[in-house]
Amino acid sequence: MEWMKQASTSAAKSDAVFFYVFGLSVVFLIFITALMIWFVVRYNKTRHPQAEQIEGHTGLEILWTVVPLVLFMTIFYYGWTNFDYMRQAPRDSMQVLVTARQWSWTFKYPNGKQSDKLFAPLNKPMKLEVRSADVVHGFAVAAFRLKIDAVPSRGNTTWFQATQPGIYDIQCTVICGVKHSEMLSHVVVVPEEEFKAWYFGDERAPEPGKNLKTAAQAGHASVPGYSRLQDKGCLACHSTDGRPMVGPTFKGLFGKEEVVLVAGAPRTVTVDEAYLRDAILRPREAIVQGYPPAMPPVPMAPAELAEVVDYLKTLK
Amino acid sequence: MIVAEGRQPSYLEDAGGKTGLMAWLGTTDHKRIGLMYLYAMVAFFFVGVGIGLVMRLVQLTTFQKLISAQTYNALFTVHGVIMIFLFVIPGLPAVFGNFFLPILVGAKDVFFPRLNLASWYFFMAGAILAVLSLFTGGGAPDTGWSFYAPFSIKTGTNVTLAVFAAFVLGFSSMLTGINFITTIHRMRAPGMTWFRMPLFCWAAYATSWIQILATPIVAITLVLVMLERLVGIGIFDPAKGGDPVLYQHLFWIYSHPAVYIMILPAMGAISEILPTYAKRPIFGYKAIAFSSLSIAGVGSLVWAHHMFTSGMSEFANMIFSLLTMLVAIPSAIKVFNWVSTLYKGSIDVQPALVYALTFIFLFCIGGLTGVMNGALAIDVHIHDTYFIVGHFHYVMFGGTGFAFFAALLHWFPKMFGRMYSRKAVYAAWGPLFVGFNMLYFSMLVLGMMGMPRRYYLHLPQYHFGHQVATVGSWLLALGLLMFFGALLWAIFKGEKAEDNPWGGVTLEWQVPSPPPLENFEEIPTIEHGPYHFPQGGKA
Repeated sequence: MEWMKQASTSAAKSDAVFFYVFGLSVVFLIFITALMIWFVVRYNKTRHPQAEQIEGHTGLEILWTVVPLVLFMTIFYYGWTNFDYMRQAPRDSMQVLVTARQWSWTFKYPNGKQSDKLFAPLNKPMKLEVRSADVVHGFAVAAFRLKIDAVPSRGNTTWFQATQPGIYDIQCTVICGVKHSEMLSHVVVVPEEEFKAWYFGDERAPEPGKNLKTAAQAGHASVPGYSRLQDKGCLACHSTDGRPMVGPTFKGLFGKEEVVLVAGAPRTVTVDEAYLRDAILRPREAIVQGYPPAMPPVPMAPAELAEVVDYLKTLK
Repeated sequence: MIVAEGRQPSYLEDAGGKTGLMAWLGTTDHKRIGLMYLYAMVAFFFVGVGIGLVMRLVQLTTFQKLISAQTYNALFTVHGVIMIFLFVIPGLPAVFGNFFLPILVGAKDVFFPRLNLASWYFFMAGAILAVLSLFTGGGAPDTGWSFYAPFSIKTGTNVTLAVFAAFVLGFSSMLTGINFITTIHRMRAPGMTWFRMPLFCWAAYATSWIQILATPIVAITLVLVMLERLVGIGIFDPAKGGDPVLYQHLFWIYSHPAVYIMILPAMGAISEILPTYAKRPIFGYKAIAFSSLSIAGVGSLVWAHHMFTSGMSEFANMIFSLLTMLVAIPSAIKVFNWVSTLYKGSIDVQPALVYALTFIFLFCIGGLTGVMNGALAIDVHIHDTYFIVGHFHYVMFGGTGFAFFAALLHWFPKMFGRMYSRKAVYAAWGPLFVGFNMLYFSMLVLGMMGMPRRYYLHLPQYHFGHQVATVGSWLLALGLLMFFGALLWAIFKGEKAEDNPWGGVTLEWQVPSPPPLENFEEIPTIEHGPYHFPQGGKA
């Protein structure tokens, strides 16, 4: 299952406890519900006109106190021991300082390098010291089952060891103001050699993980418009998540007002279907201000165009 | 109005000599005060529902052009404040506790009738202040209902007034608690020993103690937030040497027990409903009574399970997880006893029973997802996600909300002297149940996927879950309109109700529908337990 993807050693630890409790819960819920329905049918007044005046049963009371107690204690113990693993970083971890502020993340590595995405080597432990420069934030990576609050004046620590290369969402989980839901970043997990090439390289060293996809992009792969954009190579220069690349991002593009240069003269246009068709088929005629006139014409059939335009409309 | 020959006039006609508006606004009759709470709370509930629907529409993404991020943050804060402080905390005690607690113990009114009216005024004053906070100062608060420092100290929105509103509401809660405890201690009818008291009274009793003991803590905390904002005392603000985690402790020391304030009376109402329709005594009376007390006791010691990711010591995490597991046991005991109460009964299937059994089903899901939250290794993943939102709504809406509906169906003929259409409320059950599960089960799944709560925008991988939830919210709203529409219609046009339409044996069914001003012509003498069915269901 994509949505329960386990991308760190902690993920399996957390999920093991979850499936244990989930299994018990399903059994309990089915048992209680079936019993209720059966009693209501079996002891309906039409079948059972005279109720027996039962006050209770001490043995049963003890039974259904002790059995849940034992089960809850196993849940507690399993949850606690696995949690202990999730919190105790190995001694050989690389330590990264994570700083949260309204509304961004920065990551500082032991050698002084900084980034706004967290780059991590595959299968190596990384310890995070999470701090906040203003209000309380929450540092969460769902694919790692990892979460720790960033509390001002405190340094909270956690750790992970990524087990699969990929790009994983970092989301802020404590309400921190108007852009709380846009306080996003990514963990980019790459093989150790690629990480080292960046980590020990100079400023021109390429960012690791250029060819990896985020969950959002992977999730979009099934959308026809998105795969069309991939096939035609559009995504090499245009992002779908708001990042400016060689060309403007597709996110929020539809309906937006853009200043374009037509034969060198600025003109304001609203991005609508007609504009998008023109911009794809004859890109050189109107260049968005601030971007190079680099896009080649992309021939598309009308059906393909419609798919792409429909998809772009959804990128709010 | 309905007056039978030779009977005392009902409380709806006899206002004790007061007339006009004063017959309501100046009343000290516990039944009229209960109704005033009911009307005010249902009104606030629908405001909260409306805000919830708008939030669901925003998550369909097309509404983001109409609602800005700032407005959205205000919406979920106000939704939480209204639903929690104006609906589920007063909840069943304010309506059914006020109306039925004195009758169930065989008393003419609560011990302090004027104080009871004062509680209602504190409630309304707090509610008005909460509404004012939306439109004055820097605009509606945007911190979430938990007001976490230091964001709640730094934000320019109207947190001070909203927090003051919650402070005032706390007085209403405390005074009601004092009133109920005193009533139960001092006003039980002759022969009504503690263990002959109906279980709703036990639940109200346990709840009242939490209200008295825990509410002052949040009151002081809220005062500290106000002082921090107004004069900068620096107790929570780390820039001045304060500690934000201290705020979280103080907030949850009240606000966790508060969820037991919300659910315990609901459990009490279920314990009244089941024996009435099963026509037999409740299974394990003492086990249920003591489990209420132990929930109140142990429930006061689990607050920090809201803070497993805050950076508390590992030892504190371990202890609070352990205590959280313990508090699940009395809830499990209640569920087993409720289901066993159906065994060998003579079950009369009526709307109140159907809604009560739905409560048990939904509450089980709420409770079981709660156990998942309590297990440390799972909590790290689902903390602050939609899983929590889903879990909380299963407990508070599927639990307290459905128990509220069941209690309303059970006691409606007694309160209003009218009967609703059974077909109409059965019909409402369908969209309520389906819509509820579509809405909140989707949230559980979204939370497992990692969707954080209080997000204006969501990442695309979460969109399908949001779509299902939004469609569910429409069905749920439809069910609510059908349900309350049917009851509203019945208040005015319903058939006259019998004194004892369900064949109940507790004291409220021994008095006329609706009851007279002083409930009993003569205070009854109690000779046996509360669920004593001498005929065993045979007419």
